[in-house]
Amino acid sequence: MKLQSAQTAGAKPQTRTTDNKGTARQKLLAFASLILLILAFSLLSSNFFRFDNLVGIMLSTAVIGVLALGSTFVIVTGGIDLSVGTVMTFSSVMAGVFITYWNGPIIAGVIGGILAGAVCGLASGLMIAKMKIPPFIATLAVMMVTKGLSLVISGTKPIYFTDKPAFNQITMNSVIFGIPNAVWIFLAASVIASFILTKTIVGRYNFALGSNEEAARLSGVNTVFWKVVIYVMTGMFSGLAGIMMASRLNSAQPALGSGYELEAIAAVVIGGTSLSGGTGSILGTVIGALIMSVLTNGLRILSVAQEWQTVIVGLVIILAVYMDILRRRKNRS
Amino acid sequence: MWIDLFLPKICASWVFIIDFSTFLNKFFHVRPKEQSVEWYTSIGNAAAIKKAWMGGDCQVTALLRLEGIEKSFPGVQALKSCKLELLPGEVHALVGENGAGKSTLMKIATGVYSKDAGRIVYKGKEIELPNARAARDYGISMIHQELNLLPHLTIAQNMYLGREPKKLGFLVDDQELNRRAGKQLEEMNLKLDPKTLVSELSVAKQQMVEIAKALSFRSEVLIMDEPTAALTDAEIRDLFRIMAQLKRQGVGIIYISHRMEELRQISDRITVMRDGAYVDTVETKQVGTDQIIRMMVGRELSRTPGLAPVDPEAETVLEVKGLSRGKELQDIHFQLKKGEILGFAGLMGAGRTEVARAIFGADPVDRGEIIVHGKNASIKHPHDAVRAGIGYLSEDRKSFGVLVDMDVASNIAMASYHRYRNPIGFMKESRINQTAAHYVKSLSIKTPGIGQKVKFLSGGNQQKVVIGKWLNRDCDVLIFDEPTRGIDVGAKNEIYKLLENLAAEGKAIMMISSELPEILRMSHRVIVMCEGRITGELAAEEATQEEIMKYATMRSNMM
Repeated sequence: MKLQSAQTAGAKPQTRTTDNKGTARQKLLAFASLILLILAFSLLSSNFFRFDNLVGIMLSTAVIGVLALGSTFVIVTGGIDLSVGTVMTFSSVMAGVFITYWNGPIIAGVIGGILAGAVCGLASGLMIAKMKIPPFIATLAVMMVTKGLSLVISGTKPIYFTDKPAFNQITMNSVIFGIPNAVWIFLAASVIASFILTKTIVGRYNFALGSNEEAARLSGVNTVFWKVVIYVMTGMFSGLAGIMMASRLNSAQPALGSGYELEAIAAVVIGGTSLSGGTGSILGTVIGALIMSVLTNGLRILSVAQEWQTVIVGLVIILAVYMDILRRRKNRS
Repeated sequence: MWIDLFLPKICASWVFIIDFSTFLNKFFHVRPKEQSVEWYTSIGNAAAIKKAWMGGDCQVTALLRLEGIEKSFPGVQALKSCKLELLPGEVHALVGENGAGKSTLMKIATGVYSKDAGRIVYKGKEIELPNARAARDYGISMIHQELNLLPHLTIAQNMYLGREPKKLGFLVDDQELNRRAGKQLEEMNLKLDPKTLVSELSVAKQQMVEIAKALSFRSEVLIMDEPTAALTDAEIRDLFRIMAQLKRQGVGIIYISHRMEELRQISDRITVMRDGAYVDTVETKQVGTDQIIRMMVGRELSRTPGLAPVDPEAETVLEVKGLSRGKELQDIHFQLKKGEILGFAGLMGAGRTEVARAIFGADPVDRGEIIVHGKNASIKHPHDAVRAGIGYLSEDRKSFGVLVDMDVASNIAMASYHRYRNPIGFMKESRINQTAAHYVKSLSIKTPGIGQKVKFLSGGNQQKVVIGKWLNRDCDVLIFDEPTRGIDVGAKNEIYKLLENLAAEGKAIMMISSELPEILRMSHRVIVMCEGRITGELAAEEATQEEIMKYATMRSNMM
């Protein structure tokens, strides 16, 4: 028996189903719910299934969707990031600082904003991985710090980008098919995130950290380093969301952003990613985010009061997660 | 004697026999004689009673009888007409390889699973067990391998969890709670304060508390799943003492264990299962260990050729100098040559795992040097150790060895991903799959495919996946911590063969084991530890169980 030199072995590579059946089924379930919702709203109102309304839905999904993409990474590690919403705001304020205060070029604002997000992620990551502060607490702290800093830096007033009309064009211009760029940016970000999660080393370590961090560490994986990398990545997605938000509103609104993290987490969870870590997919998160905005949009078209919309979204989260739990239970027995 | 002829005809129930014979004893002043019915009665050995009295004719009412139990899970038939009979005052061992269906059968007996077919007869009456609660109410309790106690509650609170004595209908009556718990512990001759927090107890003591808890439900059937896995010899003796006491009280015990010597010591009868089916029930005294193992695996165990001798000129691959941390590790020195298997013997808690984890960088040390291939490897983290070519196979595979939710290929690649990526971090999937397929073949890992999640593999195959992971990383030094723990007898031999081959190929192997036969069979040299110190070093020729135990118990106050 010769045990070494695997590369020279003539063993045929077996095909491998990397995706597990459970996640696939949950994705299917979520996707079916999305289709069902769209069908239902289309039947109930003739205004729903129209091009501009559908574009509107996509547009309103874009920002929260990008936040949810970032959140997926940390949630797959079994962690949580409560700071994504306010980091998003912080990034848009930093973009405002670069572009409006310092009169810099737009590209500097975009990069600066994303870097600001990365720095926040680095802070959370170091606290969590190095100092071993629980993710919930560490990111709660970062949430409050960034919320405060946004208000301090902006002097509690919105920063407008009216001097640089091109900034608004980043998201609101339509390059292809009359669909605003924000939607395309969201889709591109989804594809990139999906590649990162399934095809790269970071993605593989991401799942490894989520399923058993200690076993990964004892396999020689530098868990501290990779955890920080993952939080930085989440921060960068928040930064991107911040730029998109600022561009769309043509202003950085320092008071905005609280509560977005919970909506992002809801989208991730509806998409079938478990909060205990180890499983999850980007496609699920995208569908989860779409379900949330289709629901809000449809209810608005049916003139359901804003307050009731929130109640219904809450109930949908319960339903989605409970169905996931039922399915898991069935799988086990 | 006339009683022998007379009594079996009257008797219908076992209880009657005892009462009547005691009565006769008293009346005629018959002194119990060894091998006589009275003698067996006095030690409470029901199986023997049955045999001595009736030669098998008359029916002793079994405490618990499982008959023709069938159970299928989607895709597999887990149990095929299984049976088991437990008599009062009997310790009945249940053995079989992993996956033989022991725990499934026990889960049916305790109401955790429902049976598809068959009968459960408890004290002569057929019963149904819709859930675990029902089983417990009948007096069938299971002591699980992983203890189910809440660490932040006291012994008494744990024992009466969910059925606390009440005052005024809603206040917990702590006095009564502690009194009842104390009484139960006293009955078992345990010197434990019911107000102690469970987290302050040793594993062995926690196990005793579990037993006390089960008995506080008036359980007459106790099922113990590998109770001695985490116990020291002294603690095992304590456990056996309590088991003997329970036997005398007429409690029936079903005892699941892989340790053959223990079964011989404690059990009256042994039921063997294989592949979900009943094989046989035998009297422990009448069979040899080899015979039991043969029944378990259904084949003769092949003998391995044995260890190749170590070349005395071979390079010293690993040298450890003065490794110390507090009292846990005191000045550990040793050398390990290429192609050598160095056995680490000692009792539980002697510090062997601590040495392994310290070398691997999993835990920090106060001082000490680790020299690999003559170079000082400054190891602070496991990834430093891996880079220096050291692989560690933990005793607790599921927590520290494999990533159970990930597939075979990912696990085999886990330590070597730096090799499988392009400059921007994308993985080379086909290379990973190729490597994984190679190790599945060369280590003969039994798996439907490299995409199978590791949690669905048996213990032995999981262990091979971990070995594959380190071979893939080209580790020269392999640290095996209890390489065959929880692995069934057939697979054990395969692991031994693998170890021999690895040594023959020039790997340097440090092997920690609590099973002395394993140490004696698999080591070129044996290091014995006690209380964080190395107390002895023996060459293979001079190593015997007695010699090793002498050093293993060489506590510092005796020196």
